[in-house]
Amino acid sequence: MAIEHTETTEHVVPKRVYYTIFVILMVMTYTTVQVAYFDLGRFNAVAALLIAFFKASLVVLFFMHVKYAPKLIKLFVLGGLFWLAIMLGITMTDYMTRTPQEFPMSRVNTVQPLPAAHVPTALLG
Amino acid sequence: MSTAVLPRENYLNTDYGLRSWFLTTDHKRICILYLLTITLFFAIGGAFATVMRLDLATPAADLVSDETYNKMFTMHGIIMVFFFLVPSIPATLGNFLIPMMVGAKDVAFPKLNLASWYIFTAGGCFTLWALISGGVDSGWTFYTPFSTLSSNTNVTLAALGIFIAGFSSILTGLNFMVTIHRMRAPGLTWFRMPLFLWSMYAASLIFVLGTPVIAITLLLVAAERVLHLGIFDPARGGDPVLFQHLFWFYSHPAVYIMVVPGMGVVSEIVAAFSRKRIFGYTFVAFSSLAIAILGFLVWGHHLFVAGISVYSALVFSLLSYFVAIPSAIKVFNWTATLYKGSISFATPMLYAFGFIWMFTIGGLTGLFLAALGIDIHVTDTYFVIAHFHYIMVGGAIMAYLGGLHYWWPKMTGRLYPEGWGKLGFITVFLGFNLTFFPQFILGYMGMPRRYHAYPPEFQTLNVLSSAGASILAIGYLIPLVYLLWSLKYGPIAGPNPWGAKGLEWTTSSPPPKHNFETTPIVTEPAYNYSELEETAVV
Ligand SMILES: [Cu+2]
Repeated sequence: MAIEHTETTEHVVPKRVYYTIFVILMVMTYTTVQVAYFDLGRFNAVAALLIAFFKASLVVLFFMHVKYAPKLIKLFVLGGLFWLAIMLGITMTDYMTRTPQEFPMSRVNTVQPLPAAHVPTALLG
Repeated sequence: MSTAVLPRENYLNTDYGLRSWFLTTDHKRICILYLLTITLFFAIGGAFATVMRLDLATPAADLVSDETYNKMFTMHGIIMVFFFLVPSIPATLGNFLIPMMVGAKDVAFPKLNLASWYIFTAGGCFTLWALISGGVDSGWTFYTPFSTLSSNTNVTLAALGIFIAGFSSILTGLNFMVTIHRMRAPGLTWFRMPLFLWSMYAASLIFVLGTPVIAITLLLVAAERVLHLGIFDPARGGDPVLFQHLFWFYSHPAVYIMVVPGMGVVSEIVAAFSRKRIFGYTFVAFSSLAIAILGFLVWGHHLFVAGISVYSALVFSLLSYFVAIPSAIKVFNWTATLYKGSISFATPMLYAFGFIWMFTIGGLTGLFLAALGIDIHVTDTYFVIAHFHYIMVGGAIMAYLGGLHYWWPKMTGRLYPEGWGKLGFITVFLGFNLTFFPQFILGYMGMPRRYHAYPPEFQTLNVLSSAGASILAIGYLIPLVYLLWSLKYGPIAGPNPWGAKGLEWTTSSPPPKHNFETTPIVTEPAYNYSELEETAVV
């Protein structure tokens, strides 16, 4: 009934690994700053996000020990990422296909105006 | 009912004093702490509803001012959703039963469990402070740009309270998932688990995957109010509809946080009081997971008139219909379980029947709302109000009350008076339907939600609804009174008053501090009622 300790035993990671990862993270931070000096147009955000994603992966894999964790833990980590993809992906079905003409109200505004005589005076003010 | 005395040692009398309660790590005592806390929140949320229904008894706006009315419906929604319905079944029955049903001494992380209660209470106090010091008027949905640019009420404070309480949800969900994965007794395979555990597992998934999104979204609202970022404000390059996307990414699945645990409760009750294994056990188990997962793909049905693209609306409309499939599987399977069962109409079973009926009406009207054309007609009308109250009040609260009655003898060691139980159910059932059925008609006729004045032709139905609300209030008071009464005067229940299956019924009532004298070993599937010869039905 007590939690079995076979799978959850702490994997001992040599300190060297932590220092190496830390140095890589610092270098990537420096890279982010340097990349910001180049205007990549619409790829500005893409470049920054790719670097950030790489750094986050290192933190999760090494500092948070997911690299050494059992499969079930890896599955849950991937599940979290997958859910993020669901959120961003389905939200994009809106943003990628949204055009101003589709708003019902804006369509009303482009309808040909009625001849002035037919418009109730209440609507004219 | 063999012995007429309570067990000499149980979780309620091992220690005494405030310290033993406020520093307890016993999942059963934490259940009691939650029970008291959310009952208090339910009373506060109910008080706000009372003011609204009183005001709506007449067409003229004569009881409270417009501003006050806006605050009333906002605070009713915030308290009821975030501080009663979301924690209702998971934090009380879930906390009490998950370790017992898996045959463990406690949840996987008992200290974290206590911390969750403190975090929840801290968040609740924060939000209560926001309510007392002026209130909030943004609606429980905090829609931008009103909440970020216009409202001059305590939006930031209330949002922070919900942000804090969110961590309680996440930690509780995590705790339950680890408990179900790692603490099951020998022999308790996944497909021998009671369906309540499957549904709590599904709800925990939503807790863990959804709550961070609402927490960050509300933090962004607060940040936009205080720091004037440009996330939701179009003048600064933001998009107000983005808020609705993020808000409903959590808040649609949140409905399943409320109702999926209720479905688990109903499965237990239906099996126990028809003396049969749940028909199609595997389908019911997987439909809980299917609801939890599909529930994350449909949030856009709240945005049909908000200005999302037609293509996106079509996708969300279609996906919304898919959720109906696992929901219907459950309803059909409960009904099939009743077939040729030896059914007894004890109070918990009545609540389960109430749930099945009300949930079906709420679910089917949800399909109306998922249809693009009809949704445009009834968006923001009382039709929507009626629909989700049928799910949340007729569904979730009925299941909560049913579960509370079913496991009350286990939690307290005493039986409630059966006659009063039935009377309470009938009052709740009639009051509920009288309150909310007229609102379907009102909404269809075009009465908008969130207004405190209306044309005189709507008065008859509104008076019916207000009358129903007062009956419903009495219906909730009846169980409160007799359950408290039973604590001292109720007959001794014994370990298994219903003759039900399940590990929680194999130990004494109230259970000892560590639940079981020896670690149970499971040798049979759940609901193995077939070989049962003698029944101890009330
Ligand atoms: Cu929804």
